[in-house]
Amino acid sequence: MSTQVDVKESIGPVSGQKPLLELKNVSKSFPGVKALDGVDLDVRAGEVHALLGENGAGKSTLMKILAGIYQPDTGEVVLEDQRVQMRTPLEARDHGVLLIHQELSLVPDMTVGENVFLGNMPRMAKWFVNNGLLNRRCEGILERLNCKFKPTERLGSLSIANQQMVEIARALVFQPKVVVFDEPTASLTDYEKVVLFGVIRELRESGTAIVYISHRMDEIFELSDRISVLRDGVYQETFDTAQTNEDEVTQRMIGRDLDSDITHEPPELGEKALQVSDLSVEGLYSGVSFDVHIGEVVGFYGLVGAGRTEVMETIFGLRKPDSGEIRINGKQLGINSPSDAIDQGLGLVPESRKEQGLVLGMSCKDNTTLANISTFTKLGWINAAAEKETFEEYRKKLRIKTPGWDYSTQNLSGGNQQKVVIGKWLSTSPKILILDEPTRGIDVGSKSEIHHLIRELAKSGLAVIVVSSEMPEVLTVSDRIIGMYDGRITRCFDRSEVTEDLLIRAITGQVAEAS
Amino acid sequence: MKAWVESLKSGLPGKDVSPLQFFGKHGISVAFVVCVVVFSLASSKFLSADNFFTVVMQASIIGTIALGVTFVVIGGNLDLSVGSLLSFSTVLVVDLHDKVDPGMAIVLMFLFTLLIGAVNGYLIGYLRLNSLIVTLGMLSAIQGITLVYTGGKNVDIADQENTWFAFFGREELFGIPVPALLFITLGIILQIVLVKTGFGRKIFAIGGNGTAALFSGLRRNRLVFSTYLLSAFTTGCAALILGSRVMGSQNNVGEGYELLVLAGVILGGTSLLGGSGSIVRTIIGVLILALIQNGLLLLGYPYYTQWLVTWGVIIVAVWLDIAAKRGKLLSTY
Amino acid sequence: MKRIFAIATKQPIWLFVLAITIFFSFSSPYFFDLNNFSNILVQASTIGLIALGMTYVMINGNIDLSVGATVALAASLAVGLQPALGIPGAVCVGLLSGIAIGALNGIIAWKTGVDAFIVTLGAMIGVRGLVFIYTEEQSFYAFDFAYSDFGSSTLFSVPTLALIFIALTILAHLMLKYSVHGRNVFAVGGNRVAAKEAGIRVGPHMLINFILVGFLAALSGILLSTQMGASTPNLGRNYELWAITAVVLGGTRLTGGFGSIIGTFGGVLAIAILRNGMNLLQVPSFYVLIILGSILIIVLIIDKRFAEQQGQGVGA
Repeated sequence: MSTQVDVKESIGPVSGQKPLLELKNVSKSFPGVKALDGVDLDVRAGEVHALLGENGAGKSTLMKILAGIYQPDTGEVVLEDQRVQMRTPLEARDHGVLLIHQELSLVPDMTVGENVFLGNMPRMAKWFVNNGLLNRRCEGILERLNCKFKPTERLGSLSIANQQMVEIARALVFQPKVVVFDEPTASLTDYEKVVLFGVIRELRESGTAIVYISHRMDEIFELSDRISVLRDGVYQETFDTAQTNEDEVTQRMIGRDLDSDITHEPPELGEKALQVSDLSVEGLYSGVSFDVHIGEVVGFYGLVGAGRTEVMETIFGLRKPDSGEIRINGKQLGINSPSDAIDQGLGLVPESRKEQGLVLGMSCKDNTTLANISTFTKLGWINAAAEKETFEEYRKKLRIKTPGWDYSTQNLSGGNQQKVVIGKWLSTSPKILILDEPTRGIDVGSKSEIHHLIRELAKSGLAVIVVSSEMPEVLTVSDRIIGMYDGRITRCFDRSEVTEDLLIRAITGQVAEAS
Repeated sequence: MKAWVESLKSGLPGKDVSPLQFFGKHGISVAFVVCVVVFSLASSKFLSADNFFTVVMQASIIGTIALGVTFVVIGGNLDLSVGSLLSFSTVLVVDLHDKVDPGMAIVLMFLFTLLIGAVNGYLIGYLRLNSLIVTLGMLSAIQGITLVYTGGKNVDIADQENTWFAFFGREELFGIPVPALLFITLGIILQIVLVKTGFGRKIFAIGGNGTAALFSGLRRNRLVFSTYLLSAFTTGCAALILGSRVMGSQNNVGEGYELLVLAGVILGGTSLLGGSGSIVRTIIGVLILALIQNGLLLLGYPYYTQWLVTWGVIIVAVWLDIAAKRGKLLSTY
Repeated sequence: MKRIFAIATKQPIWLFVLAITIFFSFSSPYFFDLNNFSNILVQASTIGLIALGMTYVMINGNIDLSVGATVALAASLAVGLQPALGIPGAVCVGLLSGIAIGALNGIIAWKTGVDAFIVTLGAMIGVRGLVFIYTEEQSFYAFDFAYSDFGSSTLFSVPTLALIFIALTILAHLMLKYSVHGRNVFAVGGNRVAAKEAGIRVGPHMLINFILVGFLAALSGILLSTQMGASTPNLGRNYELWAITAVVLGGTRLTGGFGSIIGTFGGVLAIAILRNGMNLLQVPSFYVLIILGSILIIVLIIDKRFAEQQGQGVGA
């Protein structure tokens, strides 16, 4: 409690020390899990308050209580000195608390204006929509957000960043007192982030309280006024951003020091496992050429939309290239489908584990053997014992936390789900393994485990490619880094010569050379 | 079998398991038992070996078709063309019986039936068109083909007493009617295929998450194609039974069967979204429908009364299944 | 030129309608005739009325398989109850039956959460059972000639039935495009969760659309029976297929969130013109079924190509 008093008395950039929104002793349990345990939080008007914690720390539960999706078991929510109950998202909205989701709640085939006023459209003669008024009011809000598109455009034709702006516009219609942002920068380019931060700052100036949930330290330290940390459902501490640093905050978050003990000896390179020459797909990427040797980890760094995933999908047989060659171990054998790729010794841990990596309704064991069922069947008959053995092997190796081999993957945490996917691909004994955003949305602990694993895999004789849009990750894990921008390879770096500044320039198109 | 009894014991309503969850998991077994009890109390003729075989006989045609359709549905698709296909195949096999010999007739019938299944499989598996619309369209197209073939007339077999073809629909083996035997045997074989083979596992995968299946190297086109071949095959088997029983056919004899087949699959708990289901449960679902039909008939109600009851039963069955999964009886719209 | 191309790609069905109109005009001397066009409109109205309601339901992301059975129920009641209630009374009961079935479907879908496909599949089976129970498998005949006279009546020398169809089409279009309920149809179909969170009451909304299609199916059945002066227990078989076909031909997506009445109207006309034209050319009706089925498949292929072009992702 004393920590709170200290923070309140410190001088900060916030306007007014009295909290606008308070959570007092809030607890929430689900069958078998205590998600929140006596959490206190206060948010002031005109501040950006970051909420930090590993996956499973309770951030998302807390956020859903704020948004009216869940109700606390004990404790209370106090808004402007009055106790409130928000039983539905609509009630939360009426109280002025709004959530900007990660999955946008918008309708792609309706216009921007209709989306902004969804459920709330200005009416004409009671039953009809007053389109003129709708579009005019929408224009006003879009202007405030500095948006260049029109209310009459179809929402689906806008970029993700712009769609997010529409979501914010929707929130603004209700003149919210508190806006909660949940990982808003996941799919944004650096430029789009700047625009978003501008909007958030404008909201802050106008007195709105902002709760900002993110994994990204750099953003949190750039944007927030205060940082609150949760760990395992328990409130830890609130920091004044100006008076703390990443290490201190991380320490509070995970209760241990992050092991940055990954050593990088120059890799013992084997032969060229994969050679890509001049690969192109119209509209996605062009002239992509690179090699990967046995024993090394090559990191592909770039913004969303740079073309990295598309290149990997082409190598894996999911897309047909317009031109170019792919050689595996020196031989060029046509790869026309993922099953060809698997036969050739390739494996791909895809970008989206829920949509592309796992069949959520199936058990852990069944998911693990999905990519090479034929090795477990004799004349079509599945050898269930061998399957279980294989799964147990990877469960131990990757430290997958699950009640059993027949447990459905649906209820596993993100980190464990990703480990099942990795286990699946390892069980195919690939010679070349591609991992696309392997630690996206995963807690710090599992993240570190996976990074260690990637280094080990290379050492044990695989050729590994990691696609990532997180700079720390790509720097930690790779022996060589290839930067992509706008569908082209801009620069290749060896570990020894890379700097953060050079990397940023390589992926934002400021360096136009290919190496 | 053991596993089922275990799950029954541990899942009884009590502290940990709400009545809702119990019904969700074991609802159809309960429904089955309830049906049997209700009808045996209502009619003395119900609980007899003779009647029991009648029920399984009735169920055998719809049931046999449902076996193949279960695979299609688990794979994430629908097949509404099976009714017209049944008409087509029955008409074909009966008509050819006299024009060529019975054996050849059967071969040719399966040939053309599988051909139609292949067309469905190609359009839905390889061209990836929507299965609801395609099979609805095929329903119409096959009806047309059948009409063209028969010229609008009924077909029948001239000498109905002296043909070995009667085996499929009219005879008994070890005291059990052949249709029932065929149905159950095919059912056992297909259940094993579904649960114990790589093929079955792959069907669950493409129905559960087609994209993940694709990324895992599964050949979705081929797999979906084979499910439609399978449903055509089981429809052909049903045509054998039907044609042999009736020894004749009108050209719309299968009209409406696709609904009853689907009703049986749904009752059995297979999700129309794909990725889950079982042959055994489909068999139970079909048997329940047959029980209802049989019971109502014994009680003197006209045959179309069963449709009304089927309506209620489907809704309640699926409702309980969904309610169990979400933990609440009513939806939160 | 670009604008025409835009309209053409947005609603290719009208190009198709134009093409077959031209084709049949040249192939048969009886086609391009005012009388024949009236006929086409009247014939189109049966499926057309149902398709109007089905459009709303399908943009919602739902489907209604029970419309065919409702056609039979409403027709049987409207004819069968005439001796007891007179024509107006019987027709009212017929219309009410459609509303009731729609309401039942809607309430079940709302309160139980069971998918519309299954709910209306059950109704398709059960309502047909109701029809057979009520009619005892008999056809009914309207002894009052006023009833069948209405079926062939005209207003300003246009068949009344065609006028009713056109009027309701215009109404349906205006409602979908400009009313709050109409815009919500797209929201509920496009992103049901978002619609719910925006405060749209999804359950009652879908209920209204089911009542709408139920009413229109009943109306269609009753108007059909005025043309025949009778009702049969097997009336309406396969009508849901044709209604859905027309809606899909008109560009409505099966996944919901996208569609239009104008498109559906085009789809309805396409089917009616094809039927009429092939009839005039004396194509045996068996072949008509096959041809229509094939056209549907071709349209689906084209629709899939368009849909694939929109998104460049990789998926199943």
